[in-house]
Amino acid sequence: MLNRIWQFGLLLWLSMVIIAAFLWTPLAEGLGEYTRILYFHVPAAWVTVLAFLIGAFYSVLYLVKRNILYDHLAESASQLGLIYCILATVTGSIWAKVSWGSFWNWDPRETSIFILLLIYAAYFALRSAIEHEDRKAALGAVYSIFAFVTVPFFVFIVPRVYATLHPDPLINTQAKINMDSSMLITFLSSLFGFTVLFLWMFKNKIILVKLKLKLRNLR
Amino acid sequence: MQLLHDAWLIFLKDVRQEFKTRYSVNAILLFALVTLVAVSFSIGTFNAGSDIKSALLWIIIFFSAMSGLSHIFVREEDKHTADTLKLVAQPTGIFLGKFLFNLVLLCLLEIITVPLFFAVMDFEIKGVSLFISVLILGSVGLSAGATMTAAIISKASAKGALFAVLSFPILLPVIIAGISGTKIAVQQTAISEASGELQMLFAYSVVVITAAILLFDFVWNE
Repeated sequence: MLNRIWQFGLLLWLSMVIIAAFLWTPLAEGLGEYTRILYFHVPAAWVTVLAFLIGAFYSVLYLVKRNILYDHLAESASQLGLIYCILATVTGSIWAKVSWGSFWNWDPRETSIFILLLIYAAYFALRSAIEHEDRKAALGAVYSIFAFVTVPFFVFIVPRVYATLHPDPLINTQAKINMDSSMLITFLSSLFGFTVLFLWMFKNKIILVKLKLKLRNLR
Repeated sequence: MQLLHDAWLIFLKDVRQEFKTRYSVNAILLFALVTLVAVSFSIGTFNAGSDIKSALLWIIIFFSAMSGLSHIFVREEDKHTADTLKLVAQPTGIFLGKFLFNLVLLCLLEIITVPLFFAVMDFEIKGVSLFISVLILGSVGLSAGATMTAAIISKASAKGALFAVLSFPILLPVIIAGISGTKIAVQQTAISEASGELQMLFAYSVVVITAAILLFDFVWNE
């Protein structure tokens, strides 16, 4: 019952976000209709970082408690994070083409999302190269945490040291948000909607993982 | 102090073992030379700009590191000496000893390859001390990240390809800062000009070595 409420509430919320993004919000100068990418690209990028964080969290839990469930949860979070990372990279690339003329520029923010993609891919490559389950879990967890430690360099330090083409409405030196109020409402709603969508997908993955473990223990 | 003593002994053991076979040293040096020759030959008489040459130098260093820095752990697994080593010292001491070995190996590689690169590629820089600071800090960062990743992949299959794939995202800040610092060294002589890059390299080394020491126990005792 609660699941149904969550499911339909999410459907309604995201539908309203999409409608607002296309019909209600004004357009930014120079970008025209492509402004709308903002409402989908930034939340996708935020969710992939969130997924990465959750993956690292469950990796730490696995190393401390050694319960295989935590390893499966870390893997699930990373799988979802990979999907959102691909979405964020592709939408960001489209926006880059429209704003700055080329699909890929190795701008520091572009580089950081690409590195996140590589870290996810490397994590899955590592896991598939190990057969023994406990070892796969432990080494995957260590790599996930180790990679997590180097990511702040990309997200925070490199854009400060090097000039970036990325617009900075949210992370700028005055910490002010310079957006029209209707854009702000839609943007924050989209952010919230994407986060809840990710958590809903993750919750379903948790149910699936627990069922699989139960089934395996019954055999 | 037992820790540092253990680390030093393990470092000496690896050096002695290396001198018997010279496998790692040969592999890494020859790889660097082959890459350098390939690059120089491909560019030919065309005068590539100093930006491109800075990038090429770090690409050569990075890929040579990828070919040579994993032997330290892979050899332990292949020769089945890893179990004995576990009995001999604490994991942190083992990591520090192996990290020191990789650092010395990388520095040896750079002592030979970098002057060759400068000569063959006709690469001139004004800020020599700045460049050397960037190179040393970059080497520390590269060795730290590579040693930890080598420990992780030594327990997996498909070790060679996996090593480069796992290392690249982690070592990228070093490559970015290294290339940028080298570009600055071409024009400027004062160390303060590249303070951003040097600070980033130093911070990265500290963070990675600390994280590696904290996590190495879990990898080593698998």
